[in-house]
Amino acid sequence: MVEFRMPSLGADMEAGTLVEWLVKPGDQVKRGDVVAVVETQKGAIEIEVFETGRIEQILVDLNSKVPVGTPLARIRTELERKAGVALAPAAPPASVAEAPPGVLPAAPRPSRPASMAPPIATLPSVAGRARVSPAARRLAETHGVDLATVTGSGPSGAIVRADVERRLTAAPASAEKKRPTGLNLDAMRTAIAAAMARSKREIPHYYLEHQVDVTSCEQWLTRTNALRPPGGRLLMAALAAKSVAVAARRFTLFNGFYHDDKYEPASAVHLGIAIAIRGGGLAAPALHDVDQMPLDELMTRMRDLVQRMRAGRIRSSEMSNSTITVSSLGERGVDALHGVIYPPQVALIGFGKVVARPWVIDGAIGPRSIVTITLAADHRVSDGHAGALFLAEIGKLLQEPEKL
Amino acid sequence: MTAPAAMIELTYRDAIREAIRDVLRRDKNVFLMGEDVGRYGGCYAVTKGLLAEFGPERIRDTPLSESGFTGAGIGAAMAGMRPIVELMTVNFSLLALDQILNTAATVRHMSGNQFGVPLVIRMATGAGRQLAAQHSHSLEGWYAHIPGIKVLAPATVEDARGMLWTALQDPDPVLIFENVMLYNMTGRLAADAGAVDIDKAVVRRTGRDISLITYGGSLWKTLEAAAALAAEDVDAEVIDLRSLRPIDDATIMTSVRKTRRAVIVDEGWRSGSLSAEICTRIIEQAFWELDVPIGRVCSEEVPIPYPRHLEIAAIPQVPKIVAAAKIALGRA
Repeated sequence: MVEFRMPSLGADMEAGTLVEWLVKPGDQVKRGDVVAVVETQKGAIEIEVFETGRIEQILVDLNSKVPVGTPLARIRTELERKAGVALAPAAPPASVAEAPPGVLPAAPRPSRPASMAPPIATLPSVAGRARVSPAARRLAETHGVDLATVTGSGPSGAIVRADVERRLTAAPASAEKKRPTGLNLDAMRTAIAAAMARSKREIPHYYLEHQVDVTSCEQWLTRTNALRPPGGRLLMAALAAKSVAVAARRFTLFNGFYHDDKYEPASAVHLGIAIAIRGGGLAAPALHDVDQMPLDELMTRMRDLVQRMRAGRIRSSEMSNSTITVSSLGERGVDALHGVIYPPQVALIGFGKVVARPWVIDGAIGPRSIVTITLAADHRVSDGHAGALFLAEIGKLLQEPEKL
Repeated sequence: MTAPAAMIELTYRDAIREAIRDVLRRDKNVFLMGEDVGRYGGCYAVTKGLLAEFGPERIRDTPLSESGFTGAGIGAAMAGMRPIVELMTVNFSLLALDQILNTAATVRHMSGNQFGVPLVIRMATGAGRQLAAQHSHSLEGWYAHIPGIKVLAPATVEDARGMLWTALQDPDPVLIFENVMLYNMTGRLAADAGAVDIDKAVVRRTGRDISLITYGGSLWKTLEAAAALAAEDVDAEVIDLRSLRPIDDATIMTSVRKTRRAVIVDEGWRSGSLSAEICTRIIEQAFWELDVPIGRVCSEEVPIPYPRHLEIAAIPQVPKIVAAAKIALGRA
C-alpha cells in the first residue's frame, strides 16, 4: 500500500487545502493521472499521482488544510495486487523483512561473493514503496522535498541523504519561479517580483536579436490547416516552440540551470511557455520534452495549457523544472521583446509579431513575413557568439517547417 | 615543560605484567590470585617472575576451584583488600558465575550500600588458537549484561598497561577481558605510561563514510579492513569500545551521525550479543541519521570448531568486515 501525500509545490509551501477529489475509492489510477485539486497560496494546483494502482482509501476530507507530506489517500499498487498482498488497512509494509532469513527472496546482488557474504540485513524491495533512508526522509521533510522527484543512489537504489542534498542544490529557486493560476494575482505578482528582481540582480543578461523570414512557415501553415477543422489547426506559436526546443537540445549552453556558481546543462528540453493571465499576471508552466514532441501534440498541449492556466488549474509537475522559456507577444502588436530570464534558467527566447516587410530575395525586393526573434541569455554561461549561432539555428529550423 | 618520554616496544603480555607489577608496588592491599599464576608464571605467561619479586603472600596459586577463590576474592575486597583474581579464561569463569553475578554484582545493593566489592577479575577470552569449542568462547557480552559490574576490553598495549590501576580504584567489581590473540602483539608505549580512563570509547581511525564499531581482538582486524577499504576510496571510521559496560553511547552516536552508516564487529555469537545491544542503541538514538541498515559481523552460531580452516571461517575476519562495509555502502 502506498500513501499518496500532500506534495510540496515549492520550498515555501507548508500546507495546502484539498478542494477537490477527482477520484474515489476503487478507482484505477496510473502514474501521471490528476487525482485531486489543492489550493495553495499561489492558486489551485492539480495534483498528479506517481503510482499506478487502485485508490483504496481517501484519508483527507474536502476543504481540509493539511501540512506538506500528510497522507491524502492510500493506493494499492499494481505490484501489490499481483503479489496478492493482503488488503487489510494495517498491512505492515515491511512484512517481507520480518520473515525468517531462510525464506527471504534473494536480493539481486550478483556480484556479492557468496563465501564471504556476511548475513547483513539486505531488505528485499517492498513492492510499491520506495526505499528512503531515515536520514534522507527527515531532510526531505525539513525542506519540503517531494521524494518522488529524488533519484536514489544507495544500496538497491535506496534514496540516501546525499541524494536529497543533491536535489536541494539542484532546485534552489523553485520558490521564486513563476507561478501559475489566475486565482491569486497578488501572490503571483509577489512571486514574479521576487523572481524577476533576483534575475536582474544576479544574471548578467546579454541580448541578441535576429530577423527571420517566416513566409515559408505561414505558407505551410495555410496549406496544412486548410484541410483541418478550426480546433485542430496549427499556429505559428507551435512552430516557434518546437524550433526553440530542437535548437536548445543542440545548444546545451542555453538549456539548463545555473546555481551555486555552476552551470548544469539539462538532459531534456522542458519548455517554459510564458502565458499572460487575464486581469494581470504571468506564468510559464513547463511542457516536457518538447524537442521530441510531434507538432500536433505540441499544439494540443499548448492549447490545453493556456486554457487551464487561465482557468487557474495547473498540474504540480508543470509548476517547475522548465529548462528554457519562450515568450511570444507577437499577436499583441510589438515587433520584439527583450525578456528577463527566469532563474535558475539561463536563457529566454522572445518572438515578436509577424509583420509584412519589404525584403531582398535573390537581388529583388518583395513582401515577406518577418518575425524578430530575440535571445536573452546568461553571460556567466554563454557568450554572444554562441548565442548568435543558437538564434541562427532557430531561424534555420523555421525555414523548413515540414521537418519540425 | 618536560621532554617527551622515550617510547618502548613491548608485548600486550608485557604491558599487563607491568600493570600488575605497578599496582602491587603502589598499593600494599593489592594481591593477585588464580590458577598457576605463581610458580608456573601464568597460563599465558603474564605473571612470570612476579612470585619471585612479590612473594607467595601477594602472588597466590589457587586450587582448580573458580567459585571458591572468586568468592575468597570478593570477601577480601569487602574486607578492605584490593584483590586481582585471574580466572585464566572466560570459559572457566562460568564456574564462578554465581559468585560474580549473585554476589559481587549484588552485594552493594543487598547490603543497603554497607559493603562494596572493589575487586578486579582478569580473564582471557576469544578464539583463534585452535583450542576447540570449550576453550574458545567470547562471553564478555554476557557479562556486559549485568548491572553492578564494569566490563573492560583492552585492545592496545596502552590500555593493557593503563586500565588495571583505574579498575582497582573503582569501588565496584571490574572485569577485564584480554583477547588471547593479543598477548603476543607488540606495540609502542611511552616508558612512563600510566593509568587510563575506563569509560570512554576511542576513535582509532577517523573517517567520513562508515563507522566500524568493535573492541578487543577484533579491533586489529577491523583496522586492517579499514585500510583495505581505504584502497577502494572508502573512508572508514573505527571505534574501539574499550568499555563494554558501560557503553560510551556518545562516541558511537557522534560517529554514526557523521557517517550515517554502521557495521558492528563482535566476536560474540550474533543472537542476543553485544552487537545487538549496540545496534539497538543506534536505532534508539540515531535512527533518523541513518542511511542504510546497520550491518554486523559476528561469530557463526556454532561451537567454535577445532580445525584451523573452520575456526577461521567461524569468527570475524577482514574480508567479512570489508564485505559488510561494502554492502552498507551500496558497493556490494
